[in-house]
Amino acid sequence: MSQARLEILRRVREALRDVPAAETAEGVAVPRDYRRADPTPREERIAHFVERVAEYRAIVRRVGADGLADAIASACAARGVRTLVAAADVPSSWIPPGVSALRDDLLTNEQLNGADGVLTGCALGIAQTGTIVLDGGAAQGRRALSLLPDYHLCVVREDQVVGIVPEAVAALAGSAGLPDRPQTWISGPSATSDIELNRVEGVHGPRTLEVLVVAG
Amino acid sequence: MTVEPLPTSPAVPFQESARVALANTQLRRNMGKATQTIRGKRANSVGELPDWQELREAGRAIKERVLRHLDDYLVQIEESVRRAGGHVHWARDAAEARSIVVEIAKRHGTKEVVKVKSLTTDEIGLNPALQAEGIEPIETDLAELIVQLAGDRSSHFLVPAIHKNRSEIRELFKRKLGLEHLTDEPKALAGAARAHLRAKFLSAKVAVSGVNFGVADSGTVSVVESEGNGRMCLTLPEVLVSVMGLEKIIPTWQDFEVFLQLLPRSSTAERMNPYTSLWTGVARGDGPKEFHLVLLDNGRTKVLADPMGRQALYCIRCSACLNICPVYERTGGHAYNSVYPGPIGAILTPQLAGVDNAPSLPYASSLCGACYDVCPVKINIPDVLVHLRGKVVRSKQQKGGWPGAEGLAMKFLARVFSGRRSFERAQRLGRLAQKAVVRDGVISKLPGELAGWTAMRDAYPVAPQTFREWWETRS
Repeated sequence: MSQARLEILRRVREALRDVPAAETAEGVAVPRDYRRADPTPREERIAHFVERVAEYRAIVRRVGADGLADAIASACAARGVRTLVAAADVPSSWIPPGVSALRDDLLTNEQLNGADGVLTGCALGIAQTGTIVLDGGAAQGRRALSLLPDYHLCVVREDQVVGIVPEAVAALAGSAGLPDRPQTWISGPSATSDIELNRVEGVHGPRTLEVLVVAG
Repeated sequence: MTVEPLPTSPAVPFQESARVALANTQLRRNMGKATQTIRGKRANSVGELPDWQELREAGRAIKERVLRHLDDYLVQIEESVRRAGGHVHWARDAAEARSIVVEIAKRHGTKEVVKVKSLTTDEIGLNPALQAEGIEPIETDLAELIVQLAGDRSSHFLVPAIHKNRSEIRELFKRKLGLEHLTDEPKALAGAARAHLRAKFLSAKVAVSGVNFGVADSGTVSVVESEGNGRMCLTLPEVLVSVMGLEKIIPTWQDFEVFLQLLPRSSTAERMNPYTSLWTGVARGDGPKEFHLVLLDNGRTKVLADPMGRQALYCIRCSACLNICPVYERTGGHAYNSVYPGPIGAILTPQLAGVDNAPSLPYASSLCGACYDVCPVKINIPDVLVHLRGKVVRSKQQKGGWPGAEGLAMKFLARVFSGRRSFERAQRLGRLAQKAVVRDGVISKLPGELAGWTAMRDAYPVAPQTFREWWETRS
């Protein structure tokens, strides 16, 4: 082992001489009496989610289960999207007629950069914060897909929306920590507060985020 | 001007640089506007959570747990990151950390590295070290880019260019990026940065980042950001090097549920920041093929050794204490002469660099306590400031030599306050002596060596009759 490692560990142990030898990490109490679950009824929770996604100046719409394909098609038409990046497992029924799907089969960064938009599902949504979490699971693909195109169209099923952050963390516990499941938490389009501490949308990530919340 | 690492030699005293900053009216206008805006927003955002105090207490306790058992957690995170396919490096000091990063960049034969804004890499002075090896560090955060283009220094954790307003930024972009027809609309300025950096993101081979949180039991590392420049750096290049202070560990995945609520609301006052990336080692077919985590000491174990001052290491760099501080609001960040300005900087810098190397910083505060109230991990900054003032004085005493006017005055006062008689005698004497200096009921200017006491405030004279004297006249 390296000299630096030994030296740092020695310094740490010396610095902690005041900590009783018998004390364990678990012996330092962490009170978790903050809210772990949100009792808000489902309909209200979905409404919150929609409202808060919109507050980030993302476009958000609720659609019925059988209206999804049409909603995707009209969203693409409104933006003039002709090429749409999609992970291999995004359902073909989601791809609108007349739009060519760039299925991710090791697309290059240049190809991604040149596409008009990207279509993904998600792992879950958080009503409290208007956040969408991608974790490389179903219909999401790798991280670069939802990053390089300037337009991100994201499909969220109503039953994927949880109430508060601790519920999201609990729901993700199964895949969190697996090397092949990196996560991206997305709250609105790319933004910055760097000029006079005011939030401005649109820097390096997708400048337009559109969310379709599907019943079911 | 290059970005200076933490002061390691006696820096300019805060009082002196503060005086310079206070004379800059543009700076004061910019700072006042920005901090007032963010303060109001933070209060609203925090007010939304009925369990804010419980979250703060949990955040504090998690950090306490980590620090009291840091050796175990360090060994654990090393194992976890290795298991997930990452490499772990240990750096005792800034020089060691710099050479680790430079070495990795050189090994990949790159001429450029893209950087996510990171205080830790500022602390170790990474950029000049890369440049010395012919490698261009490209700052990709908007404010960091502004600071880099201006050859300036950061003055805020989150918004390094907080001291510049929109028209100053437009002028800078016009000059440095050759953009003639740029408006000062923040949207246009952000668009200019996007266009400028996109090609860099696509071609860079090596990226360097800091770390917000590192999970000990899984090796998951996280970067919290807004613009997407972080995602670009963390996802596109083949090699990623993340420099993490020892104290950034959290024990388990579950602990994110606390910090992902505390951090965004305290820093940008948002319910959630636009992007948070979490990755574990190397993912197949997604993101970098090589991941290096550098564990950095650089004085942190010295901070850890002080059971009272240790809590400064709880800091999650949200900057709420900067925004609320009446001193920071007026002087701006540069007056602190450190990568870590504001109230947290005033307790962190002297501990990291040694109190002798920043003896004025513990005094850069009125001890009003607003920083403690807003701190999401309940660092008792005023208490630590007072503790460090004690250390500054003791260190001066130990060095011996001429104790100075202040030292003599304190010695004298200690004797005066030691008994009732001597105290009352001093009051009577003072009443006679002060006649020469009292004007309109206050002392605005003390003579000679005592002038420092009245440089920034009026002193009140000894009352014509004290309470005790009055009490005695009653009987």
